[in-house]
Amino acid sequence: MPALNKLRDAFMSATTISPKYRGPWTLLKKEMLRFWRVGFQTVAAPVITALLYLLIFSHVLEGRVQVYQDVPYTVFLIPGLIMMSVLQNAFANSSSSLIQSKVMGNLIFVLLTPLTHLQFFCAFLCAAIIRGLVVGLCIYLVAVCFVDLPISHPWMIVAFALLGSALLGTFGIIAGIWADRFDQMAVFQNFIIMPLSFLSGVFYSIHSLPPFWQSVSHLNPFFYMIDGFRYGFFGQADISPWISLCIVTTAFLLLAWSTLKMLKSGYKLRA
Amino acid sequence: MTTAIQINRIHKHFGALHALKGIDLSIEQGEFFALLGPNGAGKSTLINILAGLIKPSSGDISVLGFDVVEQYRQARQLLGIVPQELVFDPFFNVREMLRFQAGYFGRGPENDAWVDEILAGLGLADKANTNMRKLSGGMKRRALIAQALAHKPPVIVLDEPTAGVDVELRQTMWAFIKKLNRQGHTIILTTHYLEEAETLCNRVGMMKQGELVALDSTANLLNKFSGKKLSLSLGEVSLPEAIRPMLRGQEKGVHTFALTDMAQIELVLSSLRTANIAVADMQLHEADLEDVFLSLVGKQ
Repeated sequence: MPALNKLRDAFMSATTISPKYRGPWTLLKKEMLRFWRVGFQTVAAPVITALLYLLIFSHVLEGRVQVYQDVPYTVFLIPGLIMMSVLQNAFANSSSSLIQSKVMGNLIFVLLTPLTHLQFFCAFLCAAIIRGLVVGLCIYLVAVCFVDLPISHPWMIVAFALLGSALLGTFGIIAGIWADRFDQMAVFQNFIIMPLSFLSGVFYSIHSLPPFWQSVSHLNPFFYMIDGFRYGFFGQADISPWISLCIVTTAFLLLAWSTLKMLKSGYKLRA
Repeated sequence: MTTAIQINRIHKHFGALHALKGIDLSIEQGEFFALLGPNGAGKSTLINILAGLIKPSSGDISVLGFDVVEQYRQARQLLGIVPQELVFDPFFNVREMLRFQAGYFGRGPENDAWVDEILAGLGLADKANTNMRKLSGGMKRRALIAQALAHKPPVIVLDEPTAGVDVELRQTMWAFIKKLNRQGHTIILTTHYLEEAETLCNRVGMMKQGELVALDSTANLLNKFSGKKLSLSLGEVSLPEAIRPMLRGQEKGVHTFALTDMAQIELVLSSLRTANIAVADMQLHEADLEDVFLSLVGKQ
């Protein structure tokens, strides 16, 4: 407990942070406190939603669907649900923070500061990753109270969780910069994030799909993130996790590069 | 000594609109400078370029020698800007917002004493732990000013800082800003309350349609432009042609004339006598900045 208290004090006072890094650290701290202040909405609600999916799908399909050998359907479902929540919440964190700040006008307080575009990006990205991981961890902790979930390759779990949340956090920054209104943001949520996450193999293996839809699934970046993450638990995947890792890493780097270009040019933020 | 703000041939185009037409302006360290002009004159565009929120089409601006585009990190470190719009972050209280704002500029817990001083100086001490949402409009405005000061910048830009602030709070605020100015902070103010600019500022720049139409010390502007104002209660009458160009305003039968010298009083009165117009009452005032403003930029 004293160690935890020390960590909390260091976090709140930032005494241990060099003045050089205080700017981005402060922005990260503010972004984390922002979602923590509304924790019921930003953490508890997505955990409950994921657990409801788990309850309903496992009740309906347990014993009727067998995806991997020796892996019950409920157990198969959990990593996919965890990853889906990680991705959705990482996106929601950066996108909602930016659009709210733009609509409310308080983004100006950050734009007037000497923060570089890279520092701005890193702070929003880290906050998105942290929220995604906190939600994912909470779902995992609740799930393992009821289900025996194996862990086959822990580093793969960590790698895909980090890269996936980073990729969606970055996409959230792009959406937040691009959108000027809440309904434009809803387009991203409802027509990109939701379909891609639901059609990524969270609830099934793509091998159960007809060949055409299997090919289509390979165009969905969410598929690689969820498949690779699931490999970390079961040691089995629809495609090689190394290929998934390469694709997800490349997608993240491309998106991060585009976002940094947008931020540097001041697109939609500075006239 | 390096100038606080150096503006060189700044142009800004928004499509076909030429919003700033080659503004040149130097503001020295320690000045209390007023930038005045009607809506759409280009004041906010100029301030937004200074703040790095808008990019100039051409020209350059520096803050204490640092270019706001090329050396934006150093320039912004030296600049505190109070935005015109009443914006706030609804998730945090006043003290948290000030700490965050100072933190963005690399200031840590060592800055807390200054944050306390700002809170006290702006009359926000008892609201320090109140969420921004729960503050009144005037309090929000003061919290905005406090945020701009949180990193103790040597150059402070106040864009319409007293809009919506009641008289008592306004006086508290100006007392604090004047104290900062005495301590050496450079203050640049835009306001619609011309009496504020007249009372507070040593120098005034007036803008009209993207151009700087006047730039001088407040005293010189007052002397140079308007001389005195003569108010005559005449009722609803048709004025003689000779004195119509001197008419500055008319309200409820009181006609106000701008005089450049005292000899013009006789001209006005003799013209009225000739036209058989009776003077019911007469008052002579010193000209104020509003007269200068109206004579330069015209009535809005």
